[in-house]
Amino acid sequence: MIFPILSVIIFTPIAAGIIILLVKAENQSLIKRIALTAVIINLVLSAFVYFRYDVAAAGYQYIEKIPWVTSLGISYHVGVDGISVPMVLLAGIVVFCGVLVSWNVDDRPREFFAFLMFLAASVYGVFCSLDLFLLFFFFELAVFPKYLMIVMWGSPKTRDYGGMKLTLYLFLGSVIALVGALAIYVGSGMNSFDMLELEKAGFSLEFQRIWFPFVFFGFAILSGIFPFHSWAPDGHVAAPTAISMLLAGVEMKVGAFSALRVGIMLLPEGAKVWAPLILVLATINVVYGAFIAMIQKDFKYVIGFSSVSHMGLVLIGFATLNNEGLLGAGMQMFSHGIMTALFFAIVGMVYDRTHTRDIARLGGLNRVMPWAAIGFIVGGLVSMGMPGFSGFVAEFPIFMGAWQTMPMAAVIAAIGIVVTSAYILLVVRKVFFGDLPEEFGGPPKENIQPEGSPSDADMMEKPKRNLPISDINVMDKVAVGLLVLTMIALGWFPSLMAPIVQSGVDRILVILGGI
Amino acid sequence: MTGDVPSMLLKILPEIGMIILVGVVLIVDLVTGKDKPKPFGWIVFFGLLIILILSIFVSQPGSEPELIWGGMLRVDSAGFIFRLLFISAAALTCLITIDHPGLSGRGEFYALLLVSTLGMTLMASAADLIMIFLAIETTSMPLYILAGFLIKDKKSVESGLKYFLFGVGTSTVMLFGFSYIYGLTGTTQLYEIGAAMSSGEIPVLMMAGTMILVLVGFGFKISAVPFHFWAPDVYEGAPTPIAGFLSTASKAAGFAVLMRVFSGIYPSITPLWTILISVLAVASMVIGNFLALAQKNIKRLLAYSSIAQAGYMLIGVAAGTSLGLSAATYYLLAYLLTNIAAFAVVHIVGKSTGSDDISAYAGLSRRSPGLAFVMLIALLSLAGIPPFAGFIGKVLVFTAAMQADMAWLAILGVLNSIVALYYYLVIMKTMYSLPSMEGDRKIIVSPASIAALSLCMVGVILFGTIMFGYGLNLTELASLAFLSY
Amino acid sequence: MDLLEGHLLSWILFTPTIAAVILLFIPGDRVQLIRRIALGASLIPLILSLAVWIQFDPAVNGFQLEEKISWYGELNAYYHVGIDGISLTLVLLTTILSPLAILASYNITDRVKPYMILFLLLETGMLGVFLMLDLMMFFVFWEVGLVPMYFLINQWGGKNRNYASLKFILYTIGGSLGLLLAIQLIGVLTGTFDIPELFVLWPNIGAELSLYGLPAETIKSIAFWAFVLAFAIKVPVWPFHTWLPDAHTEAPTAGSMILAGVLLKLGGYGFIRLVLPLFPVEAKYYAGALAALATLAIIFGALSAFGQSDFKRLVAYSSINHMGFVILGVATAAWAAGTQDAIIAVNGAVLQMFTHGLSSAGMFFLVGVLYDRAHTRDLNEFGGLAAILPVYGGVLIFISMASLGLPGLAGFVSEFMVVRGAWPIFTLATVLSMIGLFFTGAYVLKALMKVLHGPLNQKWNGKISEMNVREIFVIAPLMVLILTIGIWPAWIVDVINRAVMIWF
Repeated sequence: MIFPILSVIIFTPIAAGIIILLVKAENQSLIKRIALTAVIINLVLSAFVYFRYDVAAAGYQYIEKIPWVTSLGISYHVGVDGISVPMVLLAGIVVFCGVLVSWNVDDRPREFFAFLMFLAASVYGVFCSLDLFLLFFFFELAVFPKYLMIVMWGSPKTRDYGGMKLTLYLFLGSVIALVGALAIYVGSGMNSFDMLELEKAGFSLEFQRIWFPFVFFGFAILSGIFPFHSWAPDGHVAAPTAISMLLAGVEMKVGAFSALRVGIMLLPEGAKVWAPLILVLATINVVYGAFIAMIQKDFKYVIGFSSVSHMGLVLIGFATLNNEGLLGAGMQMFSHGIMTALFFAIVGMVYDRTHTRDIARLGGLNRVMPWAAIGFIVGGLVSMGMPGFSGFVAEFPIFMGAWQTMPMAAVIAAIGIVVTSAYILLVVRKVFFGDLPEEFGGPPKENIQPEGSPSDADMMEKPKRNLPISDINVMDKVAVGLLVLTMIALGWFPSLMAPIVQSGVDRILVILGGI
Repeated sequence: MTGDVPSMLLKILPEIGMIILVGVVLIVDLVTGKDKPKPFGWIVFFGLLIILILSIFVSQPGSEPELIWGGMLRVDSAGFIFRLLFISAAALTCLITIDHPGLSGRGEFYALLLVSTLGMTLMASAADLIMIFLAIETTSMPLYILAGFLIKDKKSVESGLKYFLFGVGTSTVMLFGFSYIYGLTGTTQLYEIGAAMSSGEIPVLMMAGTMILVLVGFGFKISAVPFHFWAPDVYEGAPTPIAGFLSTASKAAGFAVLMRVFSGIYPSITPLWTILISVLAVASMVIGNFLALAQKNIKRLLAYSSIAQAGYMLIGVAAGTSLGLSAATYYLLAYLLTNIAAFAVVHIVGKSTGSDDISAYAGLSRRSPGLAFVMLIALLSLAGIPPFAGFIGKVLVFTAAMQADMAWLAILGVLNSIVALYYYLVIMKTMYSLPSMEGDRKIIVSPASIAALSLCMVGVILFGTIMFGYGLNLTELASLAFLSY
Repeated sequence: MDLLEGHLLSWILFTPTIAAVILLFIPGDRVQLIRRIALGASLIPLILSLAVWIQFDPAVNGFQLEEKISWYGELNAYYHVGIDGISLTLVLLTTILSPLAILASYNITDRVKPYMILFLLLETGMLGVFLMLDLMMFFVFWEVGLVPMYFLINQWGGKNRNYASLKFILYTIGGSLGLLLAIQLIGVLTGTFDIPELFVLWPNIGAELSLYGLPAETIKSIAFWAFVLAFAIKVPVWPFHTWLPDAHTEAPTAGSMILAGVLLKLGGYGFIRLVLPLFPVEAKYYAGALAALATLAIIFGALSAFGQSDFKRLVAYSSINHMGFVILGVATAAWAAGTQDAIIAVNGAVLQMFTHGLSSAGMFFLVGVLYDRAHTRDLNEFGGLAAILPVYGGVLIFISMASLGLPGLAGFVSEFMVVRGAWPIFTLATVLSMIGLFFTGAYVLKALMKVLHGPLNQKWNGKISEMNVREIFVIAPLMVLILTIGIWPAWIVDVINRAVMIWF
């Protein structure tokens, strides 16, 4: 019997979560070690699956299929292809780093890590699902961990609003997609939820034109498509660090991925009809997100909007429906996932020490947190699309794809990149270079005015004088190091990922062209 | 009308068993003195357990539905499965009432509970209008009393009274409808009526008219809009375990009889009643959800939530297909386990804090992580989130709607579930993120309640995951039984 | 040995990176060790470049020592390195200046480790641009060089470094954005990024080939301007020069040496290697404008330099002035491709890049030497230093003369060649450039006078020391090279010439 590696990947976090819930709440170190073990196992297995993926064979691999509800045609059917296997690896890396970064959580760590595990399982499940029902099952599974983790451990002033907004918005997206998926199921006449079979269903153009928006936009809401993106900044900022990493780094990709799998791959003709609109909206994402990011005063909001902007690039790639665009989108999902996880991790580290996210109050942190500074700078370079890093190898083909379908989009999106460079450089300079404020151990200045209006209350607490700010600890360093190395490695050796994604794209092109 | 008396007796063995159990309870009550502890809860629980096992092994229906007792009852999978549901609900309710100070030592309470359950099983198997009416009354009368059981509590008495008045009123309308049907067709046997209705001799308008009248009675039982007005007050005032029993078993019985009657009597005007039911469904969902938003009392909130949940189940019925009825049944199953658990938690928290306000749940996760967790699962299942049975139920009803070309109904359903999610999330947030008002004093949960809650949770999770296929097979059997005549 | 022999260019390219990685693991306080490793590592590419120079066969058509490995196969982009006379010259320049700059950086004491790491990465970046024969990788290295330079200016620079570094990087990134988009377009239209292939494919791209409704001509024009803009900012061509004075002035000494010595040449190289061969038609069309801008650069650069009182800023403006000649040569080649004049002009342009690299590096270094001692760059503060710093004075005069274009020194040869080539083609521009030369002389002499001659400004007496051995070591090779080229340029011109003749 072949070792059911994908099932192990999916169910290890579930098992770990259940075990953690049974542990006594006071036994913090045991809880954390269980969580760490689970994520290490997952990381190793994900890497294994990734590096052993057979590019030549293409198609779905590591398939497992067990019938679940035969009368409805539902089965537990999992497998990975060239698009999903990098996502599995991404999840493995980001969840691992998320656990590392959360090592010092001391408020009800039992629930924290258990919910984190369930969230991770949901993500793996979606990426590996080849059955439409199963995909939804895992997709919705994430709702309660997301909500609870934000309201229980998020920033005190905004977590209620941010958590509720995020959850309701995402639920809206997923139920709309559910209706569309059910329409596909019913309309196919095959009495099967199996996506491989549904690909061959041959829906009429009318059918596809009507139902494509349901599934695509429903899922794309989770990826932050304009104008349904406003949950993202509020939700991501309100969430605790590890959840922001998971949300922006992986969950948004779950949305885009599902939109691809269920929307584009099952309803390709519908995709062609709606692609121009998606392209326009995605371009707006890129530019609008960048401009809004530029004017933010809260450090975390800058990153939140930056995520919205970069996901726009992924969606542009999808909407081109051509080889280069899809290739770039696949790579960008990975690259951006790592990058934004890194950003949020570092923002969290800064906040843990300075207790503020107000850019105006931060400064000169590279003197006391050099590792964090380097990590953030690398992340910033990636987000600017600087060659030598993964962002460039992902964005380049997206633009090539865009040139072939809607050149204006490429030009306008390029403006977004320039704006991104500007705000990244400015934020880096202000927060990490420049003068270290007195409250964080810097040299005394005359006349420090306390900044901030009452509405900024969430970002600030009372400044503590001469706080000894330490650089990030070992766990954090491992996380930051892993994320940075991944982006550099991919930037210089795109062949580490491109062939795999390409094999997935080839198949999609067949679907798009064949019908 | 088949079978000799012994085999017919076997078929109704569970009902006979319940009658015997009532007798046992009353005798024990008489025999034991006033101040001795009276373990009625345990007695009835184990009694019902035995009946349940008996019913599974001895009283299974044959491969073909058959009418017994002169066409009064129909032994088929639908009746069988629903009976299992009712007995389980009653058993769980017994467990929960064991630690209720006002109820646990009262023999008549359990007797009434059993009689009501008996009525419900008859409702599910009834194949004759008279039997239906009798069964409904047998179910409802004890429930009226049970709702007002706590005589010292003004709210309880008020709720009992309200329930009674409303119930009697709607029953009367329904009876009027029944009499009309008899007048039109000349028989009270369901399937003969169905044949007569389908023959085309009876004008559609008349059929529709009787349908509406009949629906009044059924609508009341399932607390669908616009027959729902009693629900919030009754749920709030009644003893909490009874509210749980009401909201689940009684509603299920209502659905059973609704499904049976409508598929049995009105197959020829199916398009008409599907529209009617869908309107009811939408109204229930919308009104139930939106009014729930404003509630501060958790029992009232759960009442409105139940109204909305009835709406979702009605979507399944409105589809009218075998998948639709099967979906409604699965939903009922999920809902039953979930709501009993939810009300159990409400009961325990209410007993400990003395309040049924949502604000009393603040910090529950610290005071009793287990209770909070159970409530969490219950709310998530109600909202339709995996891996819980409620998710399956929702997906099934929406699939049925889509299959029946009623995409609009499915869309309205999903949009409503967003609204519902909001208020469920608020409760979750209250439990998990707000600090508790009375410090972190632990709440003690009795072993019986722990048993009941665990059973419910296990059921919710299993039917949401592994036993999905198995559960669906059962409900499909039931739905096919409803649809065959 | 074959590993070395077969991949000579790759070794040149990546040795600095390997060294930078090694440095990562050395504790930051072992300053001397760090410096030595950095210096040693930067000498290796120099030795290897000399080996290449010796091996190089000028008679061969096209590129030599090529290596080609698939890099981003799905997009048909390769790691493709190769060298011809033009790029070899510039590689040599880079590998000469880098160790000298590192040696010059010995006076940096603050955070030596990151400084050296950045410097080494910078060297790789620059070498990459000169060595790459694939557009995508060309772009990668083009951008890669920006980040280390940004940090070098920002962290170790002068008072106004924040503004200067930000302006530098934003300006350059903005310019290269167009380049990026144009490269993407080329990739889309031709399916390849390979430069030698594109030399053949791109100019002949069929008129019927179009993109989304736009005819090929339009697309080529857009791409042309995108390329031109990016390179024009780098050179810099007037009026895209405004980033330069601040960047050069605020950068640390070694940073300015590299900035003026090599980085500006990336732009010129871009013109010669890419713009002229890929867009011959468009280049010819706009050659006149380019010549005009070149002339303006020469004149205004000189005038601005003359007006400066900050020594370093003066030298910065002189770079604009000198690079103007490079552009004049390029403009000539654009207009008159294939003629003898064009060949001479381009020869001059390439040589000018080399000589200016030497002389400007030298000038910046000397300014730095003085600043280290006097902590001011204000020309008015000095006076009569020749009396107390004879060696420095002599060296300064030498390098200044090179900068001025004194016959017998390198600058003269290159400028002469450019002028000789441009004269028949752009006579007016050339004449005006001569006027510019006049002003060049003016500012050079002004600087010399203010610093070295006149009465000794007493406050410096006894306060500043003579050049030390290390500094001599830095400046000496430059002086030797300048002199050699000035007297006997054939060794280098020959190499350049052959390459130029092939392409033009």
